[in-house]
Amino acid sequence: MNKIIRYGLQAFNYLLFIVVVWYFSINPPYHQLENDQAVIILSFTHATKIREACRKLSQEELMKLAPNMRLPTSCPRERSPLNIELYLDKKLLAKEVLQPLGFHKDQGVSIFKSIKVKAGEHVLRVWMNDDVNVDGSTYHYKEKINLKAEQLLLLDFDAGKKGFFVK
Amino acid sequence: MSFINPLKYAYLAIEAWFNVAFGSEWNPLYNMGRLTFFFFWVVLISGLYLFIFFDTSLSGAYASVEAITYEQKYFGGVMRSLHRYASDAVIITIILHMFREFALGRYNGFRWFSWITGVPTLWFVITLGITGYWLVWDELGLYVAKMSSELIDALPLIPGSMSRNFVGDQVSDRFFTLMAFLHFLGQPLFLVAALWLHVKRLSFVKVSAPQGLAIGSFIALLALSLAEPAVSHQAADAARVPAVLNLDWFYLNVYPLMDYFSAGHTWVITLSITFLLMILPWLPPKKAEPAAEVHLDHCNGCEQCADDCPYDAITVQARTDGAKFEHEVVVNPALCASCGICVGSCPSSNPFRQKNDSLVTGIDMPQRPINEIRDQMDAAIAKLKGDNKVIILGCEHALNFSSLEADNIQVVSLFCIGMMPATLVEYALVHGAEGVFITGCRTGDCFYRYGNVWMDERFDGERQPILRRRAERSRIKVFRAAITDKRRLHKELAEFQNHLKSLKQDQLSVKKEGSHE
Ligand code: HEM
Repeated sequence: MNKIIRYGLQAFNYLLFIVVVWYFSINPPYHQLENDQAVIILSFTHATKIREACRKLSQEELMKLAPNMRLPTSCPRERSPLNIELYLDKKLLAKEVLQPLGFHKDQGVSIFKSIKVKAGEHVLRVWMNDDVNVDGSTYHYKEKINLKAEQLLLLDFDAGKKGFFVK
Repeated sequence: MSFINPLKYAYLAIEAWFNVAFGSEWNPLYNMGRLTFFFFWVVLISGLYLFIFFDTSLSGAYASVEAITYEQKYFGGVMRSLHRYASDAVIITIILHMFREFALGRYNGFRWFSWITGVPTLWFVITLGITGYWLVWDELGLYVAKMSSELIDALPLIPGSMSRNFVGDQVSDRFFTLMAFLHFLGQPLFLVAALWLHVKRLSFVKVSAPQGLAIGSFIALLALSLAEPAVSHQAADAARVPAVLNLDWFYLNVYPLMDYFSAGHTWVITLSITFLLMILPWLPPKKAEPAAEVHLDHCNGCEQCADDCPYDAITVQARTDGAKFEHEVVVNPALCASCGICVGSCPSSNPFRQKNDSLVTGIDMPQRPINEIRDQMDAAIAKLKGDNKVIILGCEHALNFSSLEADNIQVVSLFCIGMMPATLVEYALVHGAEGVFITGCRTGDCFYRYGNVWMDERFDGERQPILRRRAERSRIKVFRAAITDKRRLHKELAEFQNHLKSLKQDQLSVKKEGSHE
């Protein structure tokens, strides 16, 4: 076949190829949020309360143990699960029951939750229980927030200092 | 009526179209694996250049990429664009390569190894691209980091929350640098190892594209790089989530899935697809054909079969039978594809030998020994009647040509056209065929790799055992045809018979002239 036609057809194919390469390298645009949305990320790690307090072992119980294991008190390591509920303007955004990590459930919990919300003024409320021996909440938090579009608000928790706080 | 796999039919039709534009040597669809290697070279060289200027620290990375892009627009900028676009092109060529092997039924049976080692390369390439986008540390890089961490956190093996590292202002510099070295060194090394394994069972693997295709593809990428240079998003900002991202869908397509599925389910989906791909060669399992067998008493250790085997299944070792030759060959049945190409390579397969006896060659296929092929040829020639008598020789993996049989046309089919001893053509001509019409897989596309290349080289006298000069070339016609080329094959065959007819007339007139003198 005519050389020029052949090279022309090749050029056409190369053009098609680079259009596909270019197009899918940035298109179609991906909308991870609506234009008027923001993101709240709830993320923290927390050592929940130990389920059972230490207790003295009875003589009978001690005798059942191997002689080198006979400690007078038993301190179970298992921690409580974490119950958490997150509300925005009284609407429930997230409700989680997290079991402590680790083979013996003794390592506390880790949470990471990313939630898309409408930008604007809101009241953020968190209810949390980290102790099976307490009915109701062990931590409670309420805060007025003003979210800009595309803003990322981190809702963090620090048991030692301030409880819940936003960044 | 034969069942035609529509996928295969469609694919072959497209390949034929590409043959028109590119010719069989440059046809990109015949060279997808090689083209992938070529794009890797572009990625490697452009990557080395970027590495010189890239700042591997979290605080400096973005600015260094911006500097490459804008301060040396016509070199660094182009290099960056080439790096991105060649990487994208790699995904296209890998997918097409994989699709081709599947559509043409080249993924099961003895090919299970190539297939199963190909699948992980997809993972290696895609994760390499992911860390590449991570390194720019723009909004897209941060997105990639966050989403990847969510995926990693969902793995039961790795405790703790990695995702936490990418919100707030605590991103670790050291972690970023680790990612950079993974991208520059760790992942490429894994990929090279995986590719080495992928082609380990093949011989004559070329790791760059044919010249014309390489030049064309490079010019195309360069043109794209100049027209639409690769750019970054805004610098990463841990307090912002951009509503719109320009995702590279070739590499980052898994993350949007996480809008619909949890990270755990996303793993299940991707791993299930991978698993399905992995077991494809056994869906359904294919019966293994017997491997080639060596007959030492007819092998002089010339090594031609070992040279020609496209699957590296034949090795040469010192003679063990006390014969006066230095070497002998051994077949590794685990590697043998049962293509029979070695039969065509063996000088002992010459059908003029042992004419009154059973023909035994140095290396043979037990399921169709050369003696049986010679018998078939004898029977076919005996059946020929009328004018312009033609023997068609072809393979079982291209067009089914048995329907072409007529009084003056008989067919002899082989596993691969490379299985045909060149002397068999001469044999047919000497014993009564007026012409030999050779077909088989299209040029550049042997089902078994290299069968038709070796045949051409034997005919051209460039590969042993050659087609001798006394085989009259004007009575031999090669026309290769896939299942989509039926009509053209008919036409070519008719033309060949007309040509034979005119040869006969020419000869008659020469004779007449001779008798007048
Ligand atoms: C990084 C990506 C890859 C590269 C660079 C690559 C390269 C190659 C090359 C150069 C060949 C030899 C072709 C020849 O000379 O005949 C080949 C063969 C093959 N590849 Fe790949 N490949 C890649 C990925 C894959 C994938 C993802 C699959 C499928 C899952 C795959 C399946 C095969 C098969 C089945 C063969 C057949 C070999 C034969 O004809 O027996 N490859 N590849």
